[in-house]
This record gives sequence, structure tokens and C-alpha cells, in this order.
Amino acid sequence: MLTVENTKQWLFTFADKIKENASYLSELDQEIGDGDHGSNMVRGVEAMEEKLNESDSSDVSEVFKTAAMSLLSKIGGASGPLYGSALIGMAKSAGEDDQDLATLLQAGLEGIQKRGQAEQGEKTLVDLWIPVIEAVQNNTLTKESVQKAVEQTKPLKATKGRASYYGERSIGHIDPGAASSGYLFEALLESGVVNG
Amino acid sequence: MAKHGIVLVSHVPEIAEGLTALLKEIAKDVSITFAGGTDEGEIGSSFDKISEAVANNEADEILAFYDLGSAKMTLDMVMELSDKKIHLLDAAMVEGAYTAATLAQGNTSLEDILNQIELLIVK
Repeated sequence: MLTVENTKQWLFTFADKIKENASYLSELDQEIGDGDHGSNMVRGVEAMEEKLNESDSSDVSEVFKTAAMSLLSKIGGASGPLYGSALIGMAKSAGEDDQDLATLLQAGLEGIQKRGQAEQGEKTLVDLWIPVIEAVQNNTLTKESVQKAVEQTKPLKATKGRASYYGERSIGHIDPGAASSGYLFEALLESGVVNG
Repeated sequence: MAKHGIVLVSHVPEIAEGLTALLKEIAKDVSITFAGGTDEGEIGSSFDKISEAVANNEADEILAFYDLGSAKMTLDMVMELSDKKIHLLDAAMVEGAYTAATLAQGNTSLEDILNQIELLIVK
């Protein structure tokens, strides 16, 4: 069950993980992108932390919306509108009655797909969100299952996003967006919203 | 003021600014606004800068051009939150915007402008 407190805790934990792993994310991005995923994400999550600390949101939907606008405004790369759309989708879903976590995450995934037009198997963050949502539905989400899903982007050939310019050469690298989303779901487990 | 305005969105401040200068040469009565780079003036896209470029455009109807994917996605989000009528065009940015500016200056109909731009769609 999401509350204002544990949702904020989730997002703050996500921010910490992004900051801890910023250089790793940029390294992944250097292999098949422009090498700025780590620094872009850090700029976004720092703005998010600041806004979440300032705001006195009384509902979960507001918390997601505040996070969405910070990431959208500050990331500066493609991840800005993608994470922004995910969180706006989740904000809308959280505003409705009787929402469970899988439904909320599904709304996030739909936000990402609407914005980026990516399908499963194109080596994008969609390839992380789909198996994670399945695991949430089946109550099998663990840190290991998140990390496995991140690893599974490695053999894929990119057909969306900048990595697609590399064609066959994109094979054998973890997708940086899937890796940063992996931290979002590890944070979800650590903040106690779901028990892995 | 011409009926159709132009919004230019580039990852690079100088590209957006330079292309605007080029278009103004041939389209003095067209409202042309631009957004280039991130809030810090670095390479990237800024939701706030794009929102401003759309808000400050004086035309009733806007033709929007961009350079790369994340500028498009950010522009997409601005469009969803704006009341203005905006056509997002996947044309080669310089050629597309130049064609649109020329035709908008001549008060060409939207349909004819879009037909010409159609030939320059590259993404």
C-alpha cells in the first residue's frame, strides 16, 4: 500500500542509488550512447529531492507529480520526458480508487511507451519495466529478479533510441535506461512498499 | 503578423539561435521563437525553455521543428500541456523550417505548407 511517506522514501532511495551509481550509468552509456546518462539522471534526482523536501503533498498522486515535473525539467536528455511520462502516468493512476501497485506501474509503463513508442525487445527501459511488473503481479519481485531483468537487456539489439545507430554493435551491452530503472525498483523493495 | 508561427527546438543553443537568424532573413512577419539546450545552456532539451518558446510565439497556429529524439519527446509533453494548436513536424530541421518560413511569410494555406514539408520528412 502506497502512502505519502513510503512513496517519498521510495523516491529518495532511488535518488541515492542514482547518485551512488552515476559513473557506472555513464560508463554504460559511453558504450552505446553519448555517455551522459549518469550525470543527467543525477541532475534530475537532485532537483526531485529538493522539490519533494519543499512540498507538503497530502496525497500520493501529488508526490509522483512533483517528482515527474522535476525529472522532466532537469534531466535534459531523452530520459527526462520518459521518466516524466512514467511518473505522470503513475500520478494519474494513484489518483484513482482501489489501485494496486502493479496497476500503478502499468500506468507508468504506458506513459513511457506513449512517449518513446518503444515495444518489448527494442533494448530500452521498456524491457525492464515489463518483467518487473509481471514479478509484482506474481509477488516474486526481488533484488535478484530486478538485476536479472537488467542483465537480460544485454543480448538485445537496439532498434529504438540512440543505441539503435550502432545496430549489431549494440548487442552485448546493458541498456543504460534499463539499468537506471533497475535502481527505481531496487529502491521500491528497500523502501518497504513491497517485500522482496 | 503571419497566421502561422514557427517554433525551433535544438539540443544546442547556437543551432536554435542560428537557424532563427536564417529564417528571419526571409520571413520578417512570421513569429519565430526557439529553445536551445538545457536550462544551464548545455547540450540537451529543456521543458521550461520549450514551454516558453511556445507561449511566447505570437501566431495562432504553430509549426514546430526539432533536431533529435529527446527534443521531440520534450516538445510532445509541452504540446500536451499547451492549449495552442501545434503541428510537430518530423522534417529535416533546417530545410523544413526554411520551407515553412518562406511559405508562412507568403500566407500560404496550412495544407499547402504541410504538402511541401511532406517532401522533407526524414525521421
